[in-house]
Amino acid sequence: MALPQFKQDATDARLDAVTVPDGAAWLTQARKDAMTRTATMGLPHRRDEYWKYTDPATLVAADAPAAEVLDDDDAIFSDANPLTLVFVDGVFDAAASDDLKGENLEIGCLAEAGAQDIHWAKDLYGVLELAGQNPVQRPLASLNTATATDGVMIRATGPVDRPICLRYRRKESAADAVLHHVVRVEAGAKVTLLETGSAAARLSTVTEVSVADGGEFHHVRQQGRDHARRMNTHTFARIGEGSVFKSFTLSLNGVLTRNDCVIDMLGDDAVAHVAGACVGDGEGFHHDDTVFITHDALRGESRQVFKKVLRNGAVGVFQGKILVKEGAQKTDGYQISQSLLLDDDSQFLAKPELEIYADDVACSHGSTSGAISEEALFYLRSRGVSEKAATNLLTLAFLAEALEEIADEGLADDLRDRLAGWLDRHAG
Amino acid sequence: MTALDQVEVKEGVDQETVDAVAQLSGAYKYGWNDDDIEMDYAPKGVNPDIVALISSKNEEPQWMLDWRQAAFTRWEGMSVPNWAMLKVADIDFQDLYYYARPKSMEVKPKSLDEVDPKLLETYKKLGIPLKEQAILAGVEGAENDLPERKVAVDAVFDSVSVGTTFQAELKKAGVIFCSISEAIREYPELVKKYLGTVVPPSDNFYATLNSAVFSDGSFVYVPPGVRCPMELSTYFRINAENTGQFERTLIIADKGSYVSYLEGCTAPKRDVAQLHAAVVEIIIEEDAEVKYSTVQNWYPGDEEGKGGIYNFVTKRADCRGARSKVMWTQVETGSAVTWKYPSCILRGDDSQGEFYSIAIANNYQQADTGTKMVHLGKRTKSRIVSKGISAGHAQNTYRGLVSMHPKAKESRNYTQCDSLLIGSQCGAHTVPYIEVKNNSSRVEHEATTSKVDDDQLFYCRSRGMDEEEAVALVVNGFCKEVLQALPMEFAMEAQALVAISLEGSVG
Repeated sequence: MALPQFKQDATDARLDAVTVPDGAAWLTQARKDAMTRTATMGLPHRRDEYWKYTDPATLVAADAPAAEVLDDDDAIFSDANPLTLVFVDGVFDAAASDDLKGENLEIGCLAEAGAQDIHWAKDLYGVLELAGQNPVQRPLASLNTATATDGVMIRATGPVDRPICLRYRRKESAADAVLHHVVRVEAGAKVTLLETGSAAARLSTVTEVSVADGGEFHHVRQQGRDHARRMNTHTFARIGEGSVFKSFTLSLNGVLTRNDCVIDMLGDDAVAHVAGACVGDGEGFHHDDTVFITHDALRGESRQVFKKVLRNGAVGVFQGKILVKEGAQKTDGYQISQSLLLDDDSQFLAKPELEIYADDVACSHGSTSGAISEEALFYLRSRGVSEKAATNLLTLAFLAEALEEIADEGLADDLRDRLAGWLDRHAG
Repeated sequence: MTALDQVEVKEGVDQETVDAVAQLSGAYKYGWNDDDIEMDYAPKGVNPDIVALISSKNEEPQWMLDWRQAAFTRWEGMSVPNWAMLKVADIDFQDLYYYARPKSMEVKPKSLDEVDPKLLETYKKLGIPLKEQAILAGVEGAENDLPERKVAVDAVFDSVSVGTTFQAELKKAGVIFCSISEAIREYPELVKKYLGTVVPPSDNFYATLNSAVFSDGSFVYVPPGVRCPMELSTYFRINAENTGQFERTLIIADKGSYVSYLEGCTAPKRDVAQLHAAVVEIIIEEDAEVKYSTVQNWYPGDEEGKGGIYNFVTKRADCRGARSKVMWTQVETGSAVTWKYPSCILRGDDSQGEFYSIAIANNYQQADTGTKMVHLGKRTKSRIVSKGISAGHAQNTYRGLVSMHPKAKESRNYTQCDSLLIGSQCGAHTVPYIEVKNNSSRVEHEATTSKVDDDQLFYCRSRGMDEEEAVALVVNGFCKEVLQALPMEFAMEAQALVAISLEGSVG
């Protein structure tokens, strides 16, 4: 079907401005296919159902809008002693990174893997993204597959002790960065991936994660610092029997953040948790979490926990979906999205969906929005706590449920500190 | 009999519930056809001539015709909406009759003897008593013989209203209750002032089509300060084959008035799907209150999903005045396809909207239904309670919008929607849209039976109940709320529904 003219024009303008990078035959083919499907789908527009609450115009525009470069927070996650990979404006910086090796671990970057004729990543690169295009089209993800120049390729063959940390740094004020990561967790293996930093004025990432039977994947990321940056991220996961997938995102600042997470639970008894905490201050702040979890096996457990604190005209969006396919009996699905609006100018827009085709399942979802409780505030004030401290305390308590989704206490504490610091700086 | 007999039901679902669903949505009781009633048809299809013909049959003034023609022109440029979770075969809008009238209605009968006996037979079979039947068939003067009753009925048979009862008695109270075609002739000022102000002719594909070709429907005006002395009711019957029914209802509750309105619908069993695209507009002024209750029992199609009514309905209430109140209650058991979102525009400060719905879908029925609560005024309140039950191969979707505008300070919404699946081949879906644009309002959306109000739970626990008992009590109490919202006239249906428990629902 032909695209509407407005969409065709915007798509042409952007696709004309990008180039498909060179690589080995398999990678070139994957990129070309992705380019073709991007052109067929057309880039997103406000009139698309899943973009009704977030205007994708600046993500689609040919040039990245400029964003001031701020200092990076290098201290975060350092207590975990991670294997660190540094990307500067979207390019892997080997000199600033650790040696790429570890027990039970194969690790490299896309630029290097893509030059090889045969690489295990070819079974996943663009494959999970393609699977995630149905039933909801995600053209920004296929554009990423077509144009990504770098990223990390991780294969865990057993338990990996050290977390792997991707630190994104910026030098240019108006650069695009397109990163595409592939993670393969073999049967019984376990790996933790950390991400931090804002990477570019406009960042696009796609992370494809395949977790085999009994495997575990933990993902903790912090998106923040630079107020004017924009980003759209996609996570596509396919998880097997008895496997565990857990992802948590903390977002502070940022003009525009759109995080898509698409999980297919293909094996029985799998567990998938996706959570996020976000604090937004100021009219420019717009944060969108879009999650799509498909239960396609028995006894799956999924949780979506998203909390947003918004002030001074900030906008928070949540679009969550639990799809339970026919036969996915004994599914346990839970979805909660809550927002705390600290003033009258902020907005919360939500679409928490359920689509259920199996009769013996328990799925629940909830969504609430409101101001800070006057009673709770009064109670704390009457105990001698200042209004600012009381507000911060109640805000942290509100966000706590999402932070509890992080399995590693040390990492969780790291993020709690960032959050408390942010609230301190932005209070009042 | 329905496939529900053989279906294996998961633990926790009452057998009583399954039986009740089977009974309610099983064999269709109103499925006979009265093909021997002689009908007048307009030619098939829709075009400016048909629009003009409908207008002239109803002896309408020029402004009404102009209004219809404008809507038709707009409709020609529109396309069929496809956002609902419905699989609907393409409808050939040119292959339908847009106007069908029993021949005997050409000249209004003066006595019972003059009425086509077959028409009377139809109402008898629908369970409407003889005396009332006389009135329904449009016999003048029959009302005086009746003992005092409390329901006035407007009966719509295919494209025309065949009669409205108790008009004289209502008139004494100042209430106008008549067919919309009569209102356009007799009260053009009122119709002109309000028609299309809640659902504009440009609203959506089906509402626009309705604006062009609506043939009849009901009109209610309750003057300031009047409490309508009886329940008002419309009974819709589609009889003719390949006929689309497009009725239009306009209800105006002036300042401080109150009216309760009931609606019932049936249609014969036919192999070919039939279209029903109605528009209901309600205007509620300061301190007024309207209760609108529907038991929708259109023919749902057979067990293989053949035939049935395609029900595409736009219903909206505009709470214009301060402290105005509207309550929608619907029990949806019929129709092959239901596409219906009775909505509330809460414009007046302190106005209230409530929506209670039970939707039961069996065999190959598809329902995509819910509500919109648009909070514009300060301290406005809304409550949504929706129960969806799917069985067989049916798909049941709750779709709703709760919108708190920046000026709707200190407003409140509570939404609860539960779904129950009986059998492993059906589906239950929830698509809520929540838009909050100020922080003094509270919005809560829930879709689970286990999450009940903590205070209520604590109260029950403190009285010595265990957790399970307490939850059951609170949840059942909640369910009953929908049924209690149904007026007495729907007691039969309500009784059948009481047996339905939402234990084991999936959220």
